Amino acid sequence: MTAIDTGTPTPPDLSGKNLSARRAFANRAATLGIGLCVLVAAFPLGLVAYEVISRGASVMSWDFLTEVIPRNYRTAGPGMGPAVVGTLLITGMAALIAIPVGVLGAVYLNEYGKSNPLARFIRTMADVMTGVPSIVMGLFIYVGYVLVVGEQSGFAGALSLACLMLPIVIRSTEEMLRLVPDELRQASSALGARKWRTTLGVVLPAASSGITSGSLLAVARAAGETAPIIITVGLTYIYKPDLFDGQNTTLAAQIYRNAARPFEASQERAWGAALTLIAIVFLFTILSRIIASRFAIDKR
Amino acid sequence: MTSTASPQTPDDLDLGGDSRARGTDRGFRGLVTFAGLTVLIVLGLILVTTTMRAMPAISHEGLLGFVFGTRWAPNDDVFGAFSMLYGTLVTSLIGMLIAVPVSIGIALFITEVAHARSRKYIVTIIDLLATVPSVVFGLVGVLVVVPFITPVYQWFAGLVEPIPLLSSLFADTNTGRNYFTAGLVLTIMVIPIITSIAREVFDTVPEADKQAAYALGATRWEMIKGAILPHSFGGLVGASMLGLGRAMGETIAVALVIGGSFHISASMFDTGNTMAAAIAQQWGESTGLHTDALIGIGVVLFAITVIINFAARWVVRRAEIKMRGAHT
Repeated sequence: MTAIDTGTPTPPDLSGKNLSARRAFANRAATLGIGLCVLVAAFPLGLVAYEVISRGASVMSWDFLTEVIPRNYRTAGPGMGPAVVGTLLITGMAALIAIPVGVLGAVYLNEYGKSNPLARFIRTMADVMTGVPSIVMGLFIYVGYVLVVGEQSGFAGALSLACLMLPIVIRSTEEMLRLVPDELRQASSALGARKWRTTLGVVLPAASSGITSGSLLAVARAAGETAPIIITVGLTYIYKPDLFDGQNTTLAAQIYRNAARPFEASQERAWGAALTLIAIVFLFTILSRIIASRFAIDKR
Repeated sequence: MTSTASPQTPDDLDLGGDSRARGTDRGFRGLVTFAGLTVLIVLGLILVTTTMRAMPAISHEGLLGFVFGTRWAPNDDVFGAFSMLYGTLVTSLIGMLIAVPVSIGIALFITEVAHARSRKYIVTIIDLLATVPSVVFGLVGVLVVVPFITPVYQWFAGLVEPIPLLSSLFADTNTGRNYFTAGLVLTIMVIPIITSIAREVFDTVPEADKQAAYALGATRWEMIKGAILPHSFGGLVGASMLGLGRAMGETIAVALVIGGSFHISASMFDTGNTMAAAIAQQWGESTGLHTDALIGIGVVLFAITVIINFAARWVVRRAEIKMRGAHT
């Protein structure tokens, strides 16, 4: 009788209220599971932060950062000075080697090689090189440098860290160079600048903040590396400001050395060293973040 | 797929000028080319120098004997690395079994579930996880987790004792430094890698596919199952392989929590060793042929990780091309 029904159809119910119980449950369970995954990742981070800060803070002091390292595991008391200096010097030297080479390599990839076979091959191999375990880099420098000059040294450690940083710097720098608008290159060329002047005077400065930020991230990674240091640097208890003067040490190596000993004193030093190392690594990371966000070039 | 230079970039334009300026240009080109080549040079040198150095130890056992020999006794000049190869595989496998689903879950949470604001926090958490040095994970592992988890292992071993297969897989060994703890530490270390690549992969899923699934009445989970996961399968395989490469090469954190024994045990709760960890543990006290053998383990590790990385990049790239080809 009522033909009106066909005239104004009720809008379909999109609220999901009439979802079958099974489907609704599956959806809710899946969302819960996905959320739990985040907790699984957040929990260890929280645990590490809590343990390192609470246990590290109790031994942290100016003396701890400056005194020499006790020779005996059992000796209580401060001392990580040589490791702090060693970490900064070795990482700094590694950066001095890896960043110039890496940036120039990226210039080749983005400005010269582009998509020719060699550049593509280098790109692939740089990716593969990021996956080479750090201990292999240590063994390589041991065979290729330490055995040649006859002793472990801070410089050997810097070389191995530089090998680890190189592919990271190359790939991050190339990303940044790619963001530099082509108009800048063309404008520079139109003014008569040669390619090398364009690259050094226009392209690299335009990308400098991104390059700095990427390089700092690579430095942060390298500062926490342990395995290559154990292989190439050896061990010392005293200040060694000269990287070419025999065995040296870093915070990461000291954590490894002290962590597994059943002595309270050495474990405390390991926690203190861990807090110091994390502080250094985070400083670099945050610096990198700030530079990246402050001076970012327009992403187009 | 990378270079976006437009064709009018004046690359090979001859602008004339004196020969000195042209010389500088050529010199600069040579310099940057060399810098690019360092990657290839270093990789080549790694292969050649370490292999040559390890040769005495490897030929002492024969390549097969070196890789698959089960006895590692440096004092008797016997170098069989299989217990370490086994440990590397077992710990990585444990790590991957946990890390892959968790990472995929996190990536899905970031791309599909989280609001813009909470997304930022979660990304930060994952980034922070990636910046913590591995030795710090090892430190927390050995001094905090191991003492805490040992009774848990014992309880679990007691629980599964009557069940035939599980009882040997999880046999009680009274120690918290074992394969399983090492696997747990590896899990945490590879989660950031797999998550970040999985996110990139999920980002390539076309919005239209997702909206289409919703339009058909799919719930979010059905949309993920039907639109996102099938589309991303190749990329996820690649991401997992990259994580695997990282897990196999991880040294210090594992060296601290795996116990450091050279036997092959079916029990996940037993002590063991991995290739990378064994090198770090024995380095200080090794001399002569022993050192060469450790370098030889490094060569095997290098070969395995390079192959895995190559394969992973290839899989990821294939997946990318497939996706791009279909939708743009």
